[in-house]
Amino acid sequence: MATQTRMLFRHIDEPGLASIETYRRLGGYRALQRALKEIEPEGLLTTLEDSGLRGRGGAGFSMGKKASFLPRGEMDKFLCCNADESEPGAFKDRELMSKNPHQLIEGIVIAAAAAGVGWAFIFIRGEYAQTADVLENAVEEAYAAGYLGKNILDTGHRVELVVHRGAGAYICGEETALLDALEGKRGNPRLKPPFPAIEGLYGGPTLINNVETLSNVPHIVKNGADWFKSFGTEQSPGTKVVSVSGRVQRPGNYEIELGISSRDIIFGLAGGPFEGREVKAWFPGGSSAPVLTAEELDLPYSFEAMADAKSMLGSGSIIVADDTVSIPQLALRTARFYHHESCGKCTPCREGTNWTVKMLERVISGEATPMDLDVITSVQDNIIGHCLCVLGDSMAMPVGSMVAKFRDEFEAAIEAGRAAAPRPLDESPTDVKPVPIESIA
Amino acid sequence: MGGEPGRTGREAEDSAGWIPEILPTDDMSAEERRRLVASMRPEDAEPVPELHEVDVPAELEERIQAAMAKYPEVRSASLPALWAVQRHYGWCSPDGIRQAAAVMGVTPAYLESVATFYDLFRTEPVGRHHLLICHNLACWLRGSEDVLDEFCEAAGVDAHEVDHIGASSDDGEVYLKGFECLGACDIAPMASIDERYYGPLTPDDARTVIDQLRSGADPIPDKALFGRETAGGPEPEPDPRVKQGES
Repeated sequence: MATQTRMLFRHIDEPGLASIETYRRLGGYRALQRALKEIEPEGLLTTLEDSGLRGRGGAGFSMGKKASFLPRGEMDKFLCCNADESEPGAFKDRELMSKNPHQLIEGIVIAAAAAGVGWAFIFIRGEYAQTADVLENAVEEAYAAGYLGKNILDTGHRVELVVHRGAGAYICGEETALLDALEGKRGNPRLKPPFPAIEGLYGGPTLINNVETLSNVPHIVKNGADWFKSFGTEQSPGTKVVSVSGRVQRPGNYEIELGISSRDIIFGLAGGPFEGREVKAWFPGGSSAPVLTAEELDLPYSFEAMADAKSMLGSGSIIVADDTVSIPQLALRTARFYHHESCGKCTPCREGTNWTVKMLERVISGEATPMDLDVITSVQDNIIGHCLCVLGDSMAMPVGSMVAKFRDEFEAAIEAGRAAAPRPLDESPTDVKPVPIESIA
Repeated sequence: MGGEPGRTGREAEDSAGWIPEILPTDDMSAEERRRLVASMRPEDAEPVPELHEVDVPAELEERIQAAMAKYPEVRSASLPALWAVQRHYGWCSPDGIRQAAAVMGVTPAYLESVATFYDLFRTEPVGRHHLLICHNLACWLRGSEDVLDEFCEAAGVDAHEVDHIGASSDDGEVYLKGFECLGACDIAPMASIDERYYGPLTPDDARTVIDQLRSGADPIPDKALFGRETAGGPEPEPDPRVKQGES
């Protein structure tokens, strides 16, 4: 029987956990005391790096290493907590912040102290208005209790924390677009390098971490790197809050030890598919992860195992599609989302997402030929790695994987569509007229 | 504002701070728009409005000032300022944007460029209650299309329009927009009603919500997300290592 290992979700439904009294009563802010009074910033960085904590936002990069990239010395440095959780299928940060905001604030202050940061921001997506209210309230409490502000716990550390609400743009979850949005601009991604650790917010060195990553920090600082490494696998230490959704019986957030079998999560915890149905495809890490099939359900759920299976753990969001779901429709839904959210700055993404949607619509409407599947695949290949950010890749990877793994279903859809709405292949389009050049300006 | 030295030509005859009377709109034909844009010059862009020349409601000004004070740089307050405008007027109206621009000391065009980028800012007046109906993957897999259709039917708005740019009911009570993942797939299919999350929804709920909003009632309180327990059920016996870490 699959069990949860609750570390971040411990006491999650304790009444009043969002208030500072309850959080403190359950042992909260002790890690901060220890971090500021007993350990030097360099020691904190070493602990975080030794713990092997990997970023929980999607890329899975070592958190301690990222923090240690920031230049040392007196200068304006910034920390941004990425709470823009917009990846379809992801909803773990919402629950973490709504129910236990102080765990995150404690993590932010410790990380800020480790990296020598004086200004911190929580960039929360605008849709999470209720959660942002909870956070703002918690930040106020933390200021009043002396955990934030000019002289934290009389140690001379200064951290200002601002909750910044986004306004509905998936791209702002991309770290450099997030910085632009925080600077009050349109959220377009920036060219990297320079990476934010060197030149980020307002041109200063900036550490950007996901909510869940930062929520882990107090636990690591309180109990040490070795304790943390006793959870999970060697390359994926710790626990992970997994958001399971789609066609399962008990969708929701489950905190597991990394490395348990994916089947245990989908069947054991989330109850598996509905009565009489079977898993057909599943996204292991949000909608931007290449899909896996029913044969791959026994893979361990860890960063390395998902990478070996040519997919990714991403933000840890499992979306399950059962045998009632048409994969071409699923591909179209996926592509439409990224097409809508593409900021339009880079051509491969702007045009690639647009044409992928059009081609998939043609697959379903019966205007495609099986050859078009090769075109779809080649468009995906030409998006990946050719843009400033990975938004285009996020469509190309799942759509490409669906065409590769379920090609027969796409071919069947083309045949079915053509049978339903026959259109001779040699029919030349009559509704297209040449556009005079001068009218394009 | 006042005419700056060195500006000539039409500047002189149009007196202080010439603002084009006609701006390009979506209704214009491409030809009209092209002619209008071609007739404009860089100096025609509306400058930073002077605060004393713009009538800013005290409450709005206070909110924007408070936001500006929170950041190391003023421009970071663009999003909070636009939120304040939208909360005050129900949408980011040109007047509201001009007022925010005056308080912040930026051009209205700058704030407008920001407002048009983000999905949650309305640059046209919309219905009083804002409904965002999620129909991304997880919600779609659990029947969001039927829920969305029923919402449109009940509100009497065009489903295609709702799916694309959003639409308001004729009585101006509700504004509906088909939305991409709202981050609550655990309660799919779901919707955000006046910034609060509700789910899982059935087509019947859709009709109930529209009726309740029209009669001024609190919509489907039993489907509200906030305050609900986590999916895993009651707290399991803690892992011994977690327990040890707490001692």
